[in-house]
Amino acid sequence: MDLLIEYRSQLWAGLVTTVQIALASLFFSVALGLIGAWAKLSANRTARALAGAYTTLVRGVPDLVLIMLVFFGGQVTLNAIGAATGLWDYLEVSQFAAGALTIGVIFGAYFTETFRGAILAIPRGQIEAGISIGMSRPLLFRRIVWPQMVRYALPGFGNNWLVQLKTTALVSVIGLQDLVYNAFAAGRSTDALFTFMAAAFVIYLGLTALSDLGLRALERRYSRGVQRA
Amino acid sequence: METFLNWFPLDLPLIAQNFDRFLVGVRVTLGLTFLSLALGAALAVPLAIARASRHRVLNPLVWTYTYVFRGTPLLVQTYLLYYGAGQFAFIRDSWLWDPVLSQAWWCALIAFTLNTAAYSAELLRGAIVDTPAGEVEAAIATGHSYCGRLRRIILPSAFRRATPAYSNEVIFMLHGSVVASTITLQDILGVGRWLNGRYYLAYEGLITAAVLYFIIVFAITRVFRWLERRYLRHLERRREPAAAAVAPPMGIK
Repeated sequence: MDLLIEYRSQLWAGLVTTVQIALASLFFSVALGLIGAWAKLSANRTARALAGAYTTLVRGVPDLVLIMLVFFGGQVTLNAIGAATGLWDYLEVSQFAAGALTIGVIFGAYFTETFRGAILAIPRGQIEAGISIGMSRPLLFRRIVWPQMVRYALPGFGNNWLVQLKTTALVSVIGLQDLVYNAFAAGRSTDALFTFMAAAFVIYLGLTALSDLGLRALERRYSRGVQRA
Repeated sequence: METFLNWFPLDLPLIAQNFDRFLVGVRVTLGLTFLSLALGAALAVPLAIARASRHRVLNPLVWTYTYVFRGTPLLVQTYLLYYGAGQFAFIRDSWLWDPVLSQAWWCALIAFTLNTAAYSAELLRGAIVDTPAGEVEAAIATGHSYCGRLRRIILPSAFRRATPAYSNEVIFMLHGSVVASTITLQDILGVGRWLNGRYYLAYEGLITAAVLYFIIVFAITRVFRWLERRYLRHLERRREPAAAAVAPPMGIK
């Protein structure tokens, strides 16, 4: 316990990084999920095929493999492009950018499925009614699709977020100084790995519990207009 | 062929040279994944029954277990066991240390098993709770005991209902097994990282690993599709539902 107090600033810094990367990747994946859901439901055949390939590919390859590919391979590719075009000098891909981007892209695939299901759950007649009274596409989305979609998507959204939060732990493997990395480093230097890994364990559990509470509050907010059976 | 190899951006001959190593990696990955899935499923059945019951001690106890293991990253669970156990002298001195707890493979297996058992137990609990009440009442009415009901009515249909969700758990466990490579094991990703490190490459090892994982996931989804078609036949949509739905129920005019 004394050790944990002594190293609290290091643990805190790690926790902040973990939360930051989780939120940054959540932002990416929600944006990608909306685009993906739109593509999967669109009449455009190319868009549908692209979205299908995206979700299949991401589900087929483990997260850590993709993170490493983007981090190590992305660096080489970017510099090769830079050298060939002369547009930029040597670039270094940061662990944070590689991690947030890759995890964002991975979970974008899961959000695509969540949002697609939620949009399909909206009664078709409501959308037709909106079109028939002359709503424009954006207005239709804002007034009819979005509020109901959020309600249908929330359970899936919550699940995805909880998995995503835990997945960010993998970024420690490419050297980002998140909670796992810092706890491991502190444990190694004090010869008390169990103490520090247990602390990380408890902190993750706390983050999960906190997210649970937040999600429940959101669910209550978005199902206000719905009768409880 | 020669020109194709020159044009292709990856060093294919090098991958081919080291392919036997990758096959060993495939064996490690599949072994860890499916062994932990089997052990986890065996653990999950009693746990799910406890979670579906109203037992005042067992239910909250199992809930705590599943909540803790589902609320923390698999990476941290594995580190805690593999690196953490050595902090205590009494564990280092115990008979378990040499054969089991100092071995990365065993630590990975134990952590993966406990993790997948927690997820599978909650899945199966959901399926058990969803058993139609009429089926259970009918079983009681025909004099089935609690165990008889579980064995003959509840579990068989719950297993079937849990199959689609369980296929996701299998794929997640395969994805999760890459954690093994972070505690020195040479699974598929471990071999890929080794190849990249040894020849100072950026792509070859990781892309080979990605392709191998992709093939395995594809095979798993195929197997589950076949299982679902075979065992969930009764849930498939009927061929001529319209007429049956429109006709009035018998006896009512």
